[in-house]
Amino acid sequence: MPYAIELTGITKRFPGVVANEQVSLAVEVGEIHAICGENGAGKSTLMKILYGMQPADEGAIRVFDKEVHLGSPTDAIAAGIGMVHQHFMLADQLTVLENVILGAEPTRSAGRIDFARARAHLREVGQAYGLTVDPDDRVETLEVGERQRVEIIKVLFRGARILILDEPTAVLVPQEVEELFRNLRGLKSAGTTIIFIDHKLDEVLEVADTITVLRQGRSVATVKPGDVTAPDLAELMIGSELPTAQTIGVTVTDEVALEVKGLTVVEEDGRVVVDDVSLRVRRGEVLGIAGVEGNGQAELIAAIIGTAAATAGTILFLGEDVTHATVRHRREAGIGYIPHDRHREGLLLQAPLWESAALGHQTRAPFAKGLFVDRAGARERTEWVRREFDVRTPSVEVATHALSGGNQQKLIVGRELAAEPAVLLAAHPTRGIDVGAQAAVWDDMRAARAAGLATLLVSADLDELIGLSDTIAVMMRGRLVAMLDPATLTARELGAHMTGAGVRGDSR
Amino acid sequence: MSALRRLVLALAAPAAAVGFALVTSSLILLLIGSNPLVAYGDMLEHASKLETLVDILNRATPLYVSGIAVAIAFRMNLFNIGVEGQFLLAFLVAAHAGSLVSLPAALHIAFILVVAMSVGAAYAGAAGVLKVTRGVNEVISTIMLNAIAVSGLVAWLIKEWQAGGSIGTGTTTRVGTAPIDESGLLPDLNGVLELVTRDLRPGKELTGVLVLALVVGVVYHVLVNRTVFGFDLRASGFNPFAARVGGVPPKRMIILAMSISGAVAGLVGMAELMQSGYFPSNPIQGLGYAGIAVALLGRNHPVGIAFGALIFAFLDVSSGVLQFSGAAPREIVVIMQGVIILAAVVAYEMAHRARNREEARSAAAALHEARAEA
Ligand SMILES: Nc1ncnc2c1ncn2[C@@H]1O[C@H](COP(=O)(O)OP(=O)(O)OP(=O)(O)O)[C@@H](O)[C@H]1O
Ligand SMILES: [Mg+2]
Repeated sequence: MPYAIELTGITKRFPGVVANEQVSLAVEVGEIHAICGENGAGKSTLMKILYGMQPADEGAIRVFDKEVHLGSPTDAIAAGIGMVHQHFMLADQLTVLENVILGAEPTRSAGRIDFARARAHLREVGQAYGLTVDPDDRVETLEVGERQRVEIIKVLFRGARILILDEPTAVLVPQEVEELFRNLRGLKSAGTTIIFIDHKLDEVLEVADTITVLRQGRSVATVKPGDVTAPDLAELMIGSELPTAQTIGVTVTDEVALEVKGLTVVEEDGRVVVDDVSLRVRRGEVLGIAGVEGNGQAELIAAIIGTAAATAGTILFLGEDVTHATVRHRREAGIGYIPHDRHREGLLLQAPLWESAALGHQTRAPFAKGLFVDRAGARERTEWVRREFDVRTPSVEVATHALSGGNQQKLIVGRELAAEPAVLLAAHPTRGIDVGAQAAVWDDMRAARAAGLATLLVSADLDELIGLSDTIAVMMRGRLVAMLDPATLTARELGAHMTGAGVRGDSR
Repeated sequence: MSALRRLVLALAAPAAAVGFALVTSSLILLLIGSNPLVAYGDMLEHASKLETLVDILNRATPLYVSGIAVAIAFRMNLFNIGVEGQFLLAFLVAAHAGSLVSLPAALHIAFILVVAMSVGAAYAGAAGVLKVTRGVNEVISTIMLNAIAVSGLVAWLIKEWQAGGSIGTGTTTRVGTAPIDESGLLPDLNGVLELVTRDLRPGKELTGVLVLALVVGVVYHVLVNRTVFGFDLRASGFNPFAARVGGVPPKRMIILAMSISGAVAGLVGMAELMQSGYFPSNPIQGLGYAGIAVALLGRNHPVGIAFGALIFAFLDVSSGVLQFSGAAPREIVVIMQGVIILAAVVAYEMAHRARNREEARSAAAALHEARAEA
């Protein structure tokens, strides 16, 4: 088999870490090649090098049997390589067609955009690869899975024959994942080569033809999915067996920590995004919110933390009406928050790690002494979070952006749990975290629950929802449409409820 | 990496920028037929005189305050282009208000400073209010407010408040607002300076506002880097969305940051007012814009801004001697100031990369050592 990509001896160093060390990777033409590894193993770095976003310190890159130098993504695209980033880069206000041609507009004379040709080409690409989108839909109206499809088409539109996807399934619900995998198989049969990063091992085993495992910057194994099991893979990744999850019985108390009554949020354009939602979370309870992303979960959380105004309804925190309280008041009173988008709302990427660890808690000990920042206390707490939550970083002084995605996520989870809130609003708390660390975070969340934490959990990971929640509410088009008991629920059933294809909810 | 190397790398960038500016202006001077060595010689010789040093410090003082004013807003990603208008208006109103009252010395001085800071804060705060209520970009609003202040308010008010005829002690003719009583003026630092050097030539005064400027620098550092308020300010600058869910009220923060920046801007004119006691009818201009350059050169760091202010002051003062000695056209210093700024931006980026490479190398070395031992 000829190779689409051959990386040899790739080394990349960053201040205080060696992200890739003598990594070699060979990807055959027309295969689906998965890259696995712990958080910080160097997966994203390797892909960024392959896409020309970062130069390697050492090593050679061959694409379709030609040695290439990729100084920028433009070079990579010219060589036939396209990348879909974990954070989508679409313009919400534009249509699908406009987004796809953005930056690669076919033009007629005098620089006018040739929309007819673009439309025809888009249709061709869609048909050739079996990807369907409506070119005239506005991107903001699309669901996550559809947006991702637009990103993929955008890359193919530019003539990519090698497709790189960094954690494409992290934001998808299972039904969407299946759809994605169908599409990937379709692309493969059309001759496209695919490289993707994924932390969910059963997904990897399902769709990949070959799996390469990175550990601490080095490629430690290349295996075929038929030859290994998920535990084998995990062992290759972390070098030891997976810890088994601990189980704690029901810890729900009678004391209501968070009560939402008739909450309605109406956007400026008149859309009702949260529609008459009522819920209660008691101390020691985890209330899971299931739903396809974009059905009002984000707005519900925003209203409770205070960044979106409630149009109607009340929010009670430990009996106190906080419907109109400031964000700061709510946070100081003890509402913790794990945002769904860590880069946008969770971190100060340019600031040192210990400052990111203080964010949201900067007015209280150990981060503050009176009106002053307690720098020693803040560093000490950050060191503690780093130890307890296994945040891999050379030190707490490095800039936050220098951490790998999963390690940034661990920092946020650690920061929020360390503050011992009374209520935790957790949106996709383990998004991007590797299997080993995920089990550890789940344990931490269970322990906090046992200690009396009331958690409102939003997640696209159904195993997480079922495994952690005491009750699951299904949210659709802004409304809570069903209350389900996770003890008697399978992921399949839950998925069916979320897409509305499901049976009627057994309302409690 | 050792602390020493770190320091060397930190200083390398501004030094390289100044070096580059020297080379560029030398080429220009050669091109127009002047001898750069003679010109630099004149500048340095002049600057080594005690009286010139006093001139440089007097000039650097308002530049420094102006740089700090700009830097405060910069730390929140706000561009206060309006220091010019804020300081002129504050200068004028403070001069007028100060001339209307008579108070004991300490109170009189405090009163004038408070008036100046309040006017600056209010005028800059207006840009903040426009931003949060109407979404007007602060760059645009402060530029417009500058125009309104400089050619509108100040021009009008100076006519209203101008004292008739020549005023003052009689040696020179001064036209401007009515003079402030002696009790409202900050004493000069000549006594302190003369303790360690010789007596100054009569008529030369080292401004007492220098001390005030140093206090402003220290307060800036503590406020921005050590207080919770400063954390909120910088967090908003880094990532306004994250700051918001972190409990920082975004609107209030914008208005506060602009107001504080304006309050400091209000002090820019004090170096002159505390010495002369009045607002002249043709006031000094450009200090507000120079502050932007100085803040950029000093990377918003209180000590860096001091260096920037001193370099700019030195060049400003040198332009006089060049004209006097005829070694070079005085405009060459403006070119040098511009080149330094441009070169500094490039040099800082290069130093940043060099530091990263260095750290990466030492990390790799440490790793290999660890492997070898294992
Ligand atoms: N720009 C950077 N500056 C400094 N260090 C960096 C930078 N980017 C990555 N690193 C470091 O390189 C290592 C590998 O990071 P990378 O993002 O490739 O990990 P990853 O395998 O993608 O992890 P994750 O699963 O958490 O996304 C990490 O230790 C990270 O801290
Ligand atoms: Mg990554």
